[in-house]
Amino acid sequence: MSIYDMTINQLQQQLNDKNISSYELTKKYLARIEEIDPVIHAYITVTPEAALEAAKASDERRARGELIGDLDGIPMALKDIFCTDGILTTCASKILANFVPPYNATCWQRLADVGAVLLGKCNLDEFAMGSSTENSAYFATRNPFDIERTPGGSSGGSAAAVAADLAAYTLGTDTGGSVRQPAHYCGVVGIKPTYGLISRFGIIPYASSLDQAGVFAKNVYDCATVLEAVSGHDEKDSTSTPYPIGDYRGACQRDVKGMKIGMPKEFFEEGIDPRTIEIVKKAAEKFAAAGAEVIEVSLPHTKYALPAYYVLACAEASSNLARYDGVRYGVRVDKPTLEEIFCATRSAGFGEEVKRRILLGTYALSSGYYDAYYNKTLQVRTLIKEDYDKVFASGIDCLLTPVTPGPAFKLGEMLDDPLTMYMTDVCTVPINIAGLASMVVPFADIEGLPVGVQLIGAPFSEEKLFTAASAVEVPRRLPPDILKQAVEKGVER
Amino acid sequence: MAITVNDVEYVAKLAKLTIADEEMDGYIKKLSAILDYMQQLQEIDTNGVPLTTHVLPLENIFRKDEVKPCLPREKVLANAPDTEDGYFKVPKIF
Repeated sequence: MSIYDMTINQLQQQLNDKNISSYELTKKYLARIEEIDPVIHAYITVTPEAALEAAKASDERRARGELIGDLDGIPMALKDIFCTDGILTTCASKILANFVPPYNATCWQRLADVGAVLLGKCNLDEFAMGSSTENSAYFATRNPFDIERTPGGSSGGSAAAVAADLAAYTLGTDTGGSVRQPAHYCGVVGIKPTYGLISRFGIIPYASSLDQAGVFAKNVYDCATVLEAVSGHDEKDSTSTPYPIGDYRGACQRDVKGMKIGMPKEFFEEGIDPRTIEIVKKAAEKFAAAGAEVIEVSLPHTKYALPAYYVLACAEASSNLARYDGVRYGVRVDKPTLEEIFCATRSAGFGEEVKRRILLGTYALSSGYYDAYYNKTLQVRTLIKEDYDKVFASGIDCLLTPVTPGPAFKLGEMLDDPLTMYMTDVCTVPINIAGLASMVVPFADIEGLPVGVQLIGAPFSEEKLFTAASAVEVPRRLPPDILKQAVEKGVER
Repeated sequence: MAITVNDVEYVAKLAKLTIADEEMDGYIKKLSAILDYMQQLQEIDTNGVPLTTHVLPLENIFRKDEVKPCLPREKVLANAPDTEDGYFKVPKIF
């Protein structure tokens, strides 16, 4: 078994048995990044010196018998949206091309405190706005399963890094599907926990009422291990939960028997690839065979979630991104007056999709349109949330749905058609709008491309999700040889 | 619903963005398509439905009012494009 294919527990066993040190393991990952990443482009920044230093410190702790926990000495990576003290954090935008944060995001600090080894910062769509990583101001990331396709987005770099064995696990963020859709396209496990479970402090904001950090991992149990480490209240984020963190690893061992799995019929209607529907039905059969009860349910306002999402996300983004003014940080375009500095800095620093969403949001919030767009959408948000409240109140433990209409699309395929690209988020956005927990587990493939299933739970029902995810999980599938793909498809390193 | 050049210019001004003339047609076309799509929200009857601004039933999260260490000034200013005497510096406004 390759060292890259090992779970966190298996790696800890190797480290404890002295078959490998964290230093050597980190070197192996760095060497693989150097070899493979010129094709995949999962990383914007790689931090070899800091990684090796952290690994060495972990080895020393291990030798002294002072190991901090299961993540100590394990190499990982972060989406380049998490602030990292002293390490470049670009959010894949030109406007932050030189931004070196003076502090750590809380969830990264929590991992650093338990000995995590940071390999680097992963690519994303600029400011997390997109579904393919093609909106990155630097480069697009390639899908390890087919390098001519997108890994998804916005956390495409984080998903591709786990799929291509360029990190043992990674963190991403999910505002409307940005963890779940790339996890699905790249054949890895991804969780977007309930809004409030993970502190948002130090995460560059896109739409604050929807943003939530999430985890990418090689299997469900690893995902549980990492989620336990990053969750919980943070006094620097007043929206982070005061509820206790669950026993997610314990939940992985529980029996799914007797659980009620709902299948919302609105997620299986027009626009969803029939092959995707077949795969989700197979997952339902697996649940039934394991003793769960599968029940059809209805969420009547589902089709309004996508337009509602784009109103809310753009409105919040237009306000959040007002901070990029070329005064306190970021790249300034010098002009004689302050007003000209603002306009020139923002016009040169933001990419087209970011500008489009700022314009849409500003429009929706402008005088005369505020009630018709923004307030109306907040009412629709209530209706969407009530649909889910009713279903979960009726005794459903979790929902089973497709993640996206089909498998990963080709790079460039939807670049000129933002609305069609937005449609790929149709099954994932309702969860952020309603503030629910949701997880994607790889389950099958369509013509070699990974296809996952989405599990959705009531707020703070992550334990149930881990129980259900463990029941439906299949062995990890590895992508075809990446360097061979590069030769065959004529992709230059 | 058609969005006009005037609408885009007005909104861009509010958002402190400049849209170049050659980009204007592309923005109008794509923004109109998205705004049309958003229009379907109008078909829902939301009379009397309360607004959801926040999904969690959280209210008044308090912390102790204690002075804690904050970032040193040099670190705060380290990313600024221009500084003087420990302040962020911009062109004269008045």
